[in-house]
Amino acid sequence: MMCAGCIAKIEHGLAANAGIISARVDFGAKQVRIAHLPEVELPQLVTMLDRLGFAAHPLAEAPPPDAEQRRLVSALAVAGFAWMNVMLLSVSVWSGAAGASKDMFHWLSALIAVPAIAWAGRPFFVSAWRALRRGRTNMDVPISIGVTLATAMSLYETATSGQHAWFDGAIMLLFFLLAGRVLDGAMRARARAGASALMEASAPGATILAADGSTRWVRADAITAGATMLVAAGERVAADGRIVAGESAVDASILTGESAPASLAVGDHLLAGMLNLGGPLTVEVTAAGEDRTIAGLARAMEDAGQHRSRYVRIADRASRLYAPAVHTLSVLTFAGWLLAGAGIYEALQIAVAVLIITCPCALGLAVPVAQVVASGALMRAGILVKDGSALERLAEADRVLLDKTGTVTLGRPQPVDLDRLRPEDRPAALALAQASTHPLSRSLARALAADGVVAARLSGVAEMAGEGMTGFDSDVPVRLGRPHGATHGDGSHVAFARGEGVQQIIVFADCLRPEAAAAVAGLGQLGLGSTLVSGDRLEAVSPVAHSLGITAIAEARPADKQALVERLGQGGARVLMAGDGLNDGPALAAAHVSIAPSSASDVGQQAADMVFTGDSLIAIPRAVRAACATQAVVQQNFLLAIGYNVLAVPLAMAGLVTPLIAALAMSLSSLIVVANSLRLAGVAK
Amino acid sequence: MTGLVFLIPIALGMGLIGLVAFQWALRSGQFDDPDGSALRILVDDDEPDRIL
Repeated sequence: MMCAGCIAKIEHGLAANAGIISARVDFGAKQVRIAHLPEVELPQLVTMLDRLGFAAHPLAEAPPPDAEQRRLVSALAVAGFAWMNVMLLSVSVWSGAAGASKDMFHWLSALIAVPAIAWAGRPFFVSAWRALRRGRTNMDVPISIGVTLATAMSLYETATSGQHAWFDGAIMLLFFLLAGRVLDGAMRARARAGASALMEASAPGATILAADGSTRWVRADAITAGATMLVAAGERVAADGRIVAGESAVDASILTGESAPASLAVGDHLLAGMLNLGGPLTVEVTAAGEDRTIAGLARAMEDAGQHRSRYVRIADRASRLYAPAVHTLSVLTFAGWLLAGAGIYEALQIAVAVLIITCPCALGLAVPVAQVVASGALMRAGILVKDGSALERLAEADRVLLDKTGTVTLGRPQPVDLDRLRPEDRPAALALAQASTHPLSRSLARALAADGVVAARLSGVAEMAGEGMTGFDSDVPVRLGRPHGATHGDGSHVAFARGEGVQQIIVFADCLRPEAAAAVAGLGQLGLGSTLVSGDRLEAVSPVAHSLGITAIAEARPADKQALVERLGQGGARVLMAGDGLNDGPALAAAHVSIAPSSASDVGQQAADMVFTGDSLIAIPRAVRAACATQAVVQQNFLLAIGYNVLAVPLAMAGLVTPLIAALAMSLSSLIVVANSLRLAGVAK
Repeated sequence: MTGLVFLIPIALGMGLIGLVAFQWALRSGQFDDPDGSALRILVDDDEPDRIL
């Protein structure tokens, strides 16, 4: 989807089909939401979009609308409105309004600020209360105490027509902090939309053969054991089962990491998630839904991901020190002034001024602004970061585990020696390859088109399942497909033949991603040692490891990978796991931080903290470098915020801070922190 | 001073109108797909779909 024309074409084009009630495009997320009659089935919708010229992937499930973010934006708007109006009144007081008009301005401020604080401060109050109830503190505790005390004292001041009211300070604080939260949420929402747009539901369903011979499309979660399922060439298997008819080459790399397709025949077992490369298969379902092997892996992943929630983000770690320090300081101030002979009221006033001036305004912005700017830069470089804590964890990583198939390699077969195909045969081969959806054909078509070959005009092109494509090039029959003869049994060879001529064999193999060696070297320079972990055979793994100059572990099952990650973690290493397949899922979830290519299975993308688009592996060291730079800026921001406190707190403790000074100091320190964070805009270059 | 009696309610009222308008826009989903909305203005919905 590129432009307004595409939106109109999709929406009007879909609506013109029978059975479609409405279609609505979400351009930002690159999704279309279709309301249709029950008789229209999923594959038909994909075909309709295909006919309009758009490749569509059904989403496994529709993402729920983001209510949390909406609430935050709405609170931010309220705080902004109240802040501006209270500030207007405060400025008049500061510039000398006195007597009855000052009291009136204070009352008006109270009228605006108190409901606004109650409404806009709710996210902080709720989170602080939740933390306190469990006997912990977080950043929201000092914020809530500061804001509540400041509001209460200002109300008292207003009622007794006192000198200073702090309504503007309290609401300004909420505004800045809410801005930080909204930015944080926007980053997560953007990454989630991006990741789900890339997400390809591996097999949303299957064609089920009923007892009376009719076929019907059934969603994966509605398939039951004992049913008979038809799996066409190029389709993913939706449920575990046993082959009852047909034979074919099957790509099981999603489950095992094994790159070479396996030849399966009647009686062999198929697992959900495998890709059928050859002929059509009839499969008797033995396990569906939650009983599938694939679902078991998903559960293992969920368990392994539990430790993530125990990770304490840097802002909360800072607040563990910060909150007690601030509260001690203001209690000391209160006691000090009492001892020095001031009245209770005066001492309380100064103690509250200390609380307000130390309220973590800049601290609340220090982390989210830096992370939002950095993740925006990374997104432009093709790396989606799912949340801010992923950047923090990535900066801490000191060890890399790389999966082979699909991560270090492209995970799709590439023609190895195209030169063996005679130049005069290439246009015809391209024309045949383009007409097929078989993975080898698509790969061949891509490679030939990249070489500048123009497809020949063929007539009578037909696909014979399991055999290949045939057609006529100016009345000479041409064929592209499974090689004849016993020597080339497996699925990674394709033969092209013209007329009665000799068949030309094209060999396919999985290649390294571009810049894979440079990426591993770059990671080494950053102090991260790499190890290759693969489910593939040793003979397939060792040449890859050799060319990258790293050690390798072969024939690792999913549980082995997870165990390795956990063992390294217990040894004190912080592991960055890079993997793509379902077999990497548990390891991705168990690792300290993880990254997956966008070509990964949806399970892999969901388990990983980051997803990189594009083929080049150089994205991994780039992301690590950006994360380190972000962490450096976050630390600078903390230093700036603490430096500001070091300057302002003695003033506040001496009782010299007025609301005017507090307002100036808070906005200035926030601006400096934001400006410092903006330096990260070019971090992903 | 009497001017304030009119000016302050007017200023606050105008601010409130803006706030309410924003909340309404937010709630009715006008900020859900900003890129799409920017392009939709170019889509001619009045034309019947003759070409398609």
